[in-house]
Amino acid sequence: MLLGLYNYWIVVVLMMIGFYIVIAHGNLIKKIVGLTIFQTSVFIFYISMAKVEGGTAPIIAEGIKLFSNPLPHVLILTAIVVGIATTAVGLALVVRIKEAYGSIEEEEIQKKDNLDC
Amino acid sequence: MLAHLPILQVIVPLMAAPLCLLIVRPRLVWLFTLIVSGLAFLISVLLLQQVMASGTIIYGLGGWDAPWGIEYRIDQLNALLLLIISAISTIVLLAAHTSIRQEISEDRQTFFYVLYLLSLAGMLGIVATGDAFNVFVFLEISSLSAYALIALGKDRRALWASYQYLIMGTIGATFILIGIGLMYQMTGTLNMDDLSRRLPEVANTRTVFTAFAFVIVGVCLKLALFPLHLWLPNAYAYAPSIVTAFFAATATKVAIYLLIRFTFSVFGLSFSFTALPLQILFLILGLAGIFVASTIAIYQTNIKHLFAYSSIAQIGYMIVGFSISTTTGLMATLLHVFNHALMKGALFLALGAVMYRIGSVQLNQFQGLGRQMPFTMAAIVIGGLSLIGVPLTVGFVSKWYLILAAIENGWWPVAVLILLGSLLAVVYVWRLVEAAYFKSPLAANETVKEAPLSFLIPIWILVIANLYFGIDTRLSVEVAQAASQGLFGGLSGVGVNQ
Repeated sequence: MLLGLYNYWIVVVLMMIGFYIVIAHGNLIKKIVGLTIFQTSVFIFYISMAKVEGGTAPIIAEGIKLFSNPLPHVLILTAIVVGIATTAVGLALVVRIKEAYGSIEEEEIQKKDNLDC
Repeated sequence: MLAHLPILQVIVPLMAAPLCLLIVRPRLVWLFTLIVSGLAFLISVLLLQQVMASGTIIYGLGGWDAPWGIEYRIDQLNALLLLIISAISTIVLLAAHTSIRQEISEDRQTFFYVLYLLSLAGMLGIVATGDAFNVFVFLEISSLSAYALIALGKDRRALWASYQYLIMGTIGATFILIGIGLMYQMTGTLNMDDLSRRLPEVANTRTVFTAFAFVIVGVCLKLALFPLHLWLPNAYAYAPSIVTAFFAATATKVAIYLLIRFTFSVFGLSFSFTALPLQILFLILGLAGIFVASTIAIYQTNIKHLFAYSSIAQIGYMIVGFSISTTTGLMATLLHVFNHALMKGALFLALGAVMYRIGSVQLNQFQGLGRQMPFTMAAIVIGGLSLIGVPLTVGFVSKWYLILAAIENGWWPVAVLILLGSLLAVVYVWRLVEAAYFKSPLAANETVKEAPLSFLIPIWILVIANLYFGIDTRLSVEVAQAASQGLFGGLSGVGVNQ
C-alpha cells in the first residue's frame, strides 16, 4: 500500500527539499532553484493523480477502452508555463539585483539596505 | 453584446495589453490604457446593475456548459469586487501619465502600461471566474505583472522587495495549486459551483481537509494576513507611486475575495468553520495584525511604509469581520474592502503627488506642506480621518458595522479592542498632521508648489467618494448586504446553509 503510492512519496520529498532550499539558502539563484523544485513536485502530483490503473494514453482508437485522465495533463501544461514565467522573472530580477547591489547573497543585500536607512 | 459582459470584463484589458506595444508614444499609450480601464469600469457598472436587478449571471465560455467548460459566474460579491477594481484602476490611471513620466525612464513607460493592464486583467479574471483552476492562472497573471511593476521603482530596494514578493507570492500560489489539485482528486471537478455540491459528500476525508489547509494558507499569504505580511511593506514602499496606489487599493482585496469565496462557497460554511478552528484563529491573527502593524506604523519615518503597515492593520479588521462569521460580520468585511480601497487609493495617490513635487516621502519632508500643498495635504488628512473611522467618512461606516457585528455576537472585548486599535491610527495620522501643519518647511522645500491638476482631480474624486459613501451609505451597504446574504445562502443555495 505504502510502496504502491511511491510517486506521492517522491512528490512530498521533492516538495520539502524545494521548500527547504527556498527558506534556508541565502543565495538568490539557489532560492529560485528551490522554488522550481517545489513547483515541479506539484507537476508530478498532478500527473500522478491522472493515472488510471491499466489505462493507456488518452487516444480514441479501436481497442482502447480504458485511458488515463487527460485533464490534469492539460492543467499542468498551463502550470509549467506559469512556472517558467516565474523562473524567468525571478532570474531577471536577480540580474538586476546583481547590477544594483553587486551581490546575490541575501545577507549582504540586507546589510547594504540597512546602511541606506 | 450585453450577454457577453462577463467575459468582456476580462478580455478587454487582456487583449489591450499587447496592443500598447504597437502605440509607441507614452502619452498615447496612457490615453489608450485609460480608455480601456474606463471601458472595464463601464462593464462592471452594467454587470452590477444586471446582478442587482436579476440575480447571478452565469456565462459559459465558448458555449461549453459547466462543469466541462469554464464558467464565469457573477453574483453580488463578484460584481462589487469588479466594480472596486476597475473604478480604482481608472481613477489611479488619471494621474499615471504625470507621475510615471517622472518616476520611470521613457523607454520603459510603454512596458509599464502593458504590465498595468495585464495586472488589471488578472485581478478582474480572478474575481469573474467560477473555475478553481482558472483562479490560479489569473492569480499568476496578476502576480507576475505585479512583480515586474514593483521592480520598476526607482530605488534599488524595489528590486529586492520585488524578489521577496516573488518568492512568497509563488509559494502562496503553489499552495493554492496543491489545494485545487487535492480537491480535483476527490471530486473530479474544478467548477466552484460543482465543487460546492460534491465536496460535502467527501468532507470527512483527510484529503479534503489537507486541500482546505493548503488553500487557506496560500490565500492568506496573498492577502498579507499577519504574520504572513512580510512581503508587503517594502513592496508598497519602493514601487512606483501609481503602482502602490493601485495595488494597495485592490490586490489584497482580491485575496480577501478568494478567502471568502473558498470558505463560504466552495468548502461551505459548516465545513470551513469546523474543519479548522477558523473563527478563533482568524480572530486572534486579525486582532494581532491590527495592534502589531499599527504600532509598527507609528515608528515609521517613510510615510509609504507607514501606510503600508496601516494596510496590514486594516486587513486585520477585515479578517476580524470574517471571523465573526455572521451576516453582519461578513457585511462589515465587504464594506471595509470597499471603503479601504477608497481610503488607501486616495492616500497613496496623494503620497504620489508629494513624491512628484518633493521626490521623497520621508516624514521630515512633510514639514510645512500644509501651507505649500494645501489640497494634497487636506486629502491626506481626510483619508487619515477615514482610516481612524471618524463619522462622516467611509471608515466610520465599516467600523460601525464591525462593532455592531461583534456586539450582536456577544463579543464585547472584541468591540473594545477594535476601538482601541483605531486610537493607534490616530497616533500615526497625527504624526503626519503635526509635521505638515505645525512645523515650518525645510529650507530645500520652500519653493514647493501645489501638485498639478492631473494629480488633484483623481485624488479628490477618491476623497469625495470617501465622504459621499460615508454619508450616503445606500449603495455600498445595499450591495454588501446582498452579497453577504447571498454567501450565507450558499453559492447555489444547496447544502451549505447552517
